[in-house]
Amino acid sequence: MEVRVQDIPFDFGAEAQSFAGRQSNMGAVVTFSGIVRDTEAGLGAMEIEHYPGMTEAQLTKFTQEAIERFKLGDALVIHRFGPLEPDEMIMMVATSARHRADAFAGAEFLMDFLKSRAPFWKREVTREGTSDWVASKDSDENALGRWENP
Amino acid sequence: MDVLYFAWVRERIGLPKETIDTQAATVADLVTELRAREERYAMAFEDLSALRVALDQELSEFDAPLDGVREVAFFPPMTGG
Repeated sequence: MEVRVQDIPFDFGAEAQSFAGRQSNMGAVVTFSGIVRDTEAGLGAMEIEHYPGMTEAQLTKFTQEAIERFKLGDALVIHRFGPLEPDEMIMMVATSARHRADAFAGAEFLMDFLKSRAPFWKREVTREGTSDWVASKDSDENALGRWENP
Repeated sequence: MDVLYFAWVRERIGLPKETIDTQAATVADLVTELRAREERYAMAFEDLSALRVALDQELSEFDAPLDGVREVAFFPPMTGG
């Protein structure tokens, strides 16, 4: 299991390749990456703030939980903070399992918890220089409900 | 105890962290104390439904006791991923 919170970019291809290469006897690897997308107002940059210490602790906790719950062989989470430009990768998760259903479910579980339970806050800065904190979505909070009954 | 603020809570209060001497029994009591301090605190803590709290880096609730807690953090709902 590996959890990384960093301000520098990561190489998605190299990370995915390296993750898949470390697995043994796992029939499935699922990867997901989140990317900064443009907004209607025209996005200049995205700034991500986090709570050092708690972020790593929460991510480690969810990742451990995902591994146990979905019998994953392994899991990787990388999440950036600081200033990001449109089309840059914000984060990625990778999961491995003997079969694809568990690898997919583990990745979705991790994503749902990352969205609303990991202490990150996004701020969008327009090309004109005005900025606003991204509001949390009820749909993200509600998505956690589906994991309540193991 | 150390009190930390993140995102717009930090911006409204105007600082990321401070050390506070308090006898507050619960998080809610601490919020009442902070609100009474200055307008910027009153503004930041205007609507508790828009806020989350962590005690010693674990998500918690506003009615939780502060017994033995060393670090309290206030922030808006998280937007990771």
